[in-house]
Amino acid sequence: MKKDIVLAGVGGQGILSIAAIIGIAAVNSNLYLKQAEVHGMSQRGGDVQSNLRLSDKEIASDLIPFGKADIILSVEPMEALRYLPMLAPDGWLITNTNPFNNIPDYPDMDKLLNKIKSLPYNVAINADQIAKDAGSVRTMNIVMLGAASPFLNIDYNILENTIKDFFAKKGDKIIEMNLKALKAGRDFVDNK
Amino acid sequence: MQKLILLGDEALAQGAIDAGMSGIYAYPGTPSTEITEYVQNSKQAKELNIRSKWSANEKTAMEASLGMSYAGKRAMVCMKHVGLNVAADPFMNSAITGANGGLVVVSADDPSMHSSQNEQDSRFFGKFAMIPVLEPSNQQEAYDMGHYGFELSEKFHIPVLIRLTTRLSHSRANVVRKPVRKQNPYKIADNPRQYVLLPALSRKRYKVLLKEQIDFEKEAETSPFNWYSEGENKKLGIITSGIAYNYLMEVFPENSCPYPILKISQYPLPVNMIKKIEEECDELLFLEEGAPLIEEMVKGVLSKGLNIRGRLDGTIPRDGELNPNIVAKALNREYEIKYDLPDIIAGRPPQLCDGCPHTDTYLALNEAIEGLSRDRVFSDIGCYTLGALPPLEAINSCVDMGASINMAKGAADAGLFPSIAVIGDSTFTHSGMTGLLDAVNENSTITVFILDNATTAMTGGQKSSALGRIEQICIGLGVDKNHIRVITPLKNQHEKNVAVIKEEIYYKGVSVIIPRRECVQTLKKRMKAKKK
Repeated sequence: MKKDIVLAGVGGQGILSIAAIIGIAAVNSNLYLKQAEVHGMSQRGGDVQSNLRLSDKEIASDLIPFGKADIILSVEPMEALRYLPMLAPDGWLITNTNPFNNIPDYPDMDKLLNKIKSLPYNVAINADQIAKDAGSVRTMNIVMLGAASPFLNIDYNILENTIKDFFAKKGDKIIEMNLKALKAGRDFVDNK
Repeated sequence: MQKLILLGDEALAQGAIDAGMSGIYAYPGTPSTEITEYVQNSKQAKELNIRSKWSANEKTAMEASLGMSYAGKRAMVCMKHVGLNVAADPFMNSAITGANGGLVVVSADDPSMHSSQNEQDSRFFGKFAMIPVLEPSNQQEAYDMGHYGFELSEKFHIPVLIRLTTRLSHSRANVVRKPVRKQNPYKIADNPRQYVLLPALSRKRYKVLLKEQIDFEKEAETSPFNWYSEGENKKLGIITSGIAYNYLMEVFPENSCPYPILKISQYPLPVNMIKKIEEECDELLFLEEGAPLIEEMVKGVLSKGLNIRGRLDGTIPRDGELNPNIVAKALNREYEIKYDLPDIIAGRPPQLCDGCPHTDTYLALNEAIEGLSRDRVFSDIGCYTLGALPPLEAINSCVDMGASINMAKGAADAGLFPSIAVIGDSTFTHSGMTGLLDAVNENSTITVFILDNATTAMTGGQKSSALGRIEQICIGLGVDKNHIRVITPLKNQHEKNVAVIKEEIYYKGVSVIIPRRECVQTLKKRMKAKKK
C-alpha cells in the first residue's frame, strides 16, 4: 500500500490540520509517513501545499515526484489545478469548488470548473456549503477530508477516532461538529 | 523506545534534549525556528530546566552558547543560513577557542529561497572554520545527530556544525528515540587560556586545529552516517549528500540502484571513500542539495581525469533545490507526467493579512511623500517587506537585518533628502540599534520608522526582544525626545499620521516614528487563548 497525496490551498485555510489528522491516522494504522509542509513567508495569504506520503514500506523522498501523486486534495479550486503536473495518470483530483479570491486576476470560475470536470478522475464538492449545513463553515477542511476518505486506504473508524483525539481539548461540541462534517463529505462521495 | 512523528527540526531538538543539552540559543528564522520552539514547548525540557528563551540576534546567541560550553555544559545554537553571517565572527573564532561542554551550531539552509534572500550553503562555513559538519538525510538522522553532534564535539573539544535544509526541516516522519543522557555538571574549561585569542595564543590554538584535521577526516571515514554501497554497474558512480540521498532512493525504489553509491553526511570529506569510487567507476555523478561543494572539492582530489557530472556541467540545474524528478532525469529514468500546468492559473503571492497595522502605516507614508519619488524608502526583513509588492509598493530595499537604517544614512550622506528607513521592532533590536547610533553621532538627516507590532511576526509570532523598550533605547542612543513620535496605524488615524510623518521627514536630524499596534495574528491567538 502506498498513497501519495498533495494537499493544496491558501495559507490559513486549514490544510495542515488535514495533513496532521491523516498523518496521525496513518501512524495509528501502522503505516510509514512522510509529510513535507510549507512554513514562513508563503503562509501569509499565499498558495500553500503539503506533500503527504503514506506507505506500508519505508519512504525515501519527502517530496512526491511530479507525475506520481495518487491524490490532489485541495480546499480551493484554482489551487487544486496549480499542482496538476504532480498528478499520476490514474490519480484523483478532489477539490472544494468554493474560490478563495484574494488576488486581482482570479481566473474565470466556469473555466476553472470545466477544467476540473474534464479530468477523468475528479470529485468537485461545494465544501463550504456542506460545512455550513453541518454546523459551521470552519469545518470545511474536515468536509474535504471526508470526501477524500474513500481514497485513503485508512479505515473510516480510525479517521473518526483521530478526529476525536485531535479536537479533544476543544470539547465535545466541536468534536461532534467535525465528525458530522467528516460524515457529510463522505456521504457526498458515496452517493455520487 | 517511544515512536514519534516529528519535523526534521523537531527531531534534531528532541535528539539534543535526550543527549543532555543544558541550553539552546537562537533568533527565529525560517526554516530553523521550530527547533527552538520545540524545546520551548517540551515538557521534558521544562522538567530538565533546559534554557531556551530567544536571543536578540544570532551573534548574541552564538556567543552565549560558547559561554555555556566554556562552563562545561552542552549548548546548541540555531539559526537560518543568513543568520550564520551575523554570527560569523564568534562562529569562526569558536573553532580556534574550541569547546569545553559539547557545542553544536545548527544552520538551516533554504535552497530555492522559499523564505530567504539567498541560498548560500552553510557547509562552506564549516569548511571555512575547519570544523566537522553533519548533514542529516532524514528525520531519524537528524535525531541521531542531536546525540552524535555533542559526542563528537566533546571527543575533540571542537564546535560541530549541523546543516539542515528546508525540505528536511519542514517535513515530518517517524522517529525512534534513544535513551536519555544526563546533562554535564558545571565545570569551567581546564585551560581557560584557550579562550584568550591574543595573537600569540591564537597561533598555538590554530596549529592545534590544523593538526586535528586528520582526526576529523578519520572520523568521517568511519562515521555511521557515511557509507559506500556497492553496485554492479561501474559505468557510473554516484556521490550524494544529505537529503539528495533520499531522492536517489526514490528514483531506485527498494535499493534497486545498479551503480555504486557514496552517501556523505559527515565532513570533512572522507577522502579514501572518494578514492575508492574513483578507482571503481568510469564516470561520477554528484547529487547535492545546495551548492556543488563536494563536486568542486572532489575535482581537486581526483587524479584519473574522470568525467564529472553534476551542477557544474549542467546535468543538474546550478541553482534551486533538488527533487526526485531532477535526480531521475540525470539518471535517464524520467517519470511520466501526463498533465500540464493549466494556463488559467494565476499567481498568488504572499501578502499582508487583512487588518495588518503595516498596511495602515504604508498608506500613510505613501500619502506623506506624495509628489516625491518613492525610491527614498529603505526597508528591512520581516512581514513588512511584503510592502514592496503591489498594491502598496512602498519600499525599495531588503538586504539584510538592520540594513535599512544604514542604507538610509548612506544615501542621506550622498544627498538624498528626505531619506527614510522602515524596520520592524524585532529587527531593530536584532541589528538596527548600532546603525541608529551611527546616525545620531553624525546627526544624519534620516527618519526611521520602527514598526512595533509587538512580536517577531514573519516567523510565527515569537517574543520580540524590543517589547516595551523601543523609546528607551532610542533615547539612550541619543535621539531627541521631541522627534520620537508614536502613532497608531489605524484607518481612523490616517490624517493625523500623515501629518506627523510630514513633519518628521523634513526635520534636519534623526527622527524616529513608532507606529504601534499589535500584529493581528498574535492578537487572534491571544484572544483564543483567553477564551479557553
